[in-house]
Amino acid sequence: MNLTLKRAAVPAIRDETAAVTVHDLTVAYRETPVLWDVDLTIPTGTLTAIIGPNGAGKSTLLKSILGLVPVASGTIEIFGHSSPRQRQLVGYVPQRGSVDWNFPTSALDVVTMGTYGHLGWFRRPGKAEIAQAMDRLEQVGMADFAHRQISQLSGGQQQRVFLARALVQDAQLYFMDEPFVGVDAATEKAIVTLLQTLRDEGKTVIAVHHDLESAPEYFDWLVLLNVRTIAAGPFVETFTADNLARTYGGNSNLLRIRESEAVRT
Amino acid sequence: MSVLHDLIFDYTLRNVALGAMLLGIVSGVLGAFAVLRRQGLLGDSLSHAALPGICIAFMLTGSRETIVLLIGAGIAGWLGTLLLLRTVRDTKLSEDTMLGVVLSVFFGVGILLLTLIQQGNDANQAGLDKYLFGQAASLIADDVISFVVIGALGLIVVIALYKEFKVISFDPAFAFSIGLPTRLLDIILTSLLVVAVMIGLQTVGVVLMAAMVIGPGAAARQWTDRLHVMLILSALFGAIAGVSGAVISVQAARIPTGPMIVLSLTAIVLVSLFLAPRHGLLPDQIRRRRQQTRLRDRGFDAVAEVRS
Repeated sequence: MNLTLKRAAVPAIRDETAAVTVHDLTVAYRETPVLWDVDLTIPTGTLTAIIGPNGAGKSTLLKSILGLVPVASGTIEIFGHSSPRQRQLVGYVPQRGSVDWNFPTSALDVVTMGTYGHLGWFRRPGKAEIAQAMDRLEQVGMADFAHRQISQLSGGQQQRVFLARALVQDAQLYFMDEPFVGVDAATEKAIVTLLQTLRDEGKTVIAVHHDLESAPEYFDWLVLLNVRTIAAGPFVETFTADNLARTYGGNSNLLRIRESEAVRT
Repeated sequence: MSVLHDLIFDYTLRNVALGAMLLGIVSGVLGAFAVLRRQGLLGDSLSHAALPGICIAFMLTGSRETIVLLIGAGIAGWLGTLLLLRTVRDTKLSEDTMLGVVLSVFFGVGILLLTLIQQGNDANQAGLDKYLFGQAASLIADDVISFVVIGALGLIVVIALYKEFKVISFDPAFAFSIGLPTRLLDIILTSLLVVAVMIGLQTVGVVLMAAMVIGPGAAARQWTDRLHVMLILSALFGAIAGVSGAVISVQAARIPTGPMIVLSLTAIVLVSLFLAPRHGLLPDQIRRRRQQTRLRDRGFDAVAEVRS
């Protein structure tokens, strides 16, 4: 049972190392490069936004760090190590549209899936795991919906279920792919508060984000991405009109709004 | 009671009914996963791909032993599936395109080989074409024992890897992110479907096998919103279809068993589609009517209009 041993091995965290370090990362779907020579360091304990236009490679960046897409070249380290077992330190919240919500399962059941990584082969989730899952549902305000079939949940509720599933993994680092898409205002606030709590507990949260208007309020670290890293650093210093113009190409109407937005902050 | 009596004491009926029941259970459980993973047609492709395997196994060994031919079928079906999954991953061709290609190419080769074998002078040749449409009456006790062994192995794997199969069926990317070897699990789950097809070839044949894979799962999904319940119901529906199809065909002589099993299954699917309390079409209509009446009673005529 080689596999059992592999999964049981404890991943390493060294204090004071960056949560994520990416060096010279290139990812290509066939011939077209989606990410080109990306260099990044995201410090531990930040709430980081990855921002960029459509097709900038934001989701791909998350997926390549997780090993979900093949990498053409470059190195990726999570908490200072490049071994695949470091993935166990990561809680992943995929885009909501990536799964079939008609799947015959309940909210509680989906959240319980977050415990599978720790359970190992052949073991079934027991009372302890289900209780943990229930706690997390409570934490995201979804305890009343625990036994609902997941297709009967609203978009915001589905997102909360995904979030609870990541929370139950008890990860050190959270990756969220567009957590606010198709979500109502109340859920967005609830999620942000939760992410900030995680950050305050010393966890690192990295989210792909679209809305330039809300970004300054939510995040404290910023990565501007458009195939290459355009800029990365503390949010306020990085969120400049100049950087945004370089990220978005700099001649659209949209951009003018964004520039005024940037100047204001 | 004479049916029950025959089921126990009639050698042919007993073997046919047991074989069909085992087929229903195994293809029900594994087909349910295929339905959920939107791979219903994989079973079709896979069983068609098995045909050349049967022919090649016969040509190489000269044996007509069921188990030898089924191993050939299993290997060919498995290769066809791996080829399929591989090409879908590595090319721009979509899954339905490749399903069509694999299905027809392997089936074409199979028919070609079958014709070659039948033209030869081998006295042993007869009967390979029973795998096309199935010939349940030819099941003997040894076949049933092989089915029990193969089927039990398959089901044990499903029970052991239940939670892994559940998570890769629902959210493969997440499954990978928590450290599961998703590609390996994918291959195991697909290989188990090959096992179901192996059991079904002699009973319902290459052409109708797809129904055995898709039918029970599709019917079971109508009745429940829980995966484990769905798997159990799916096995149950498959078993009922198998046994009732076998009994009807053997009792009313001259009706072939394979098609009768598929017809029984179709009846179950139709009942589930229309009558299942939660997702059935009829209860759904009734619920909608009631809601409209309620709205109208409260004076929301306009809303009710829009809704209808």
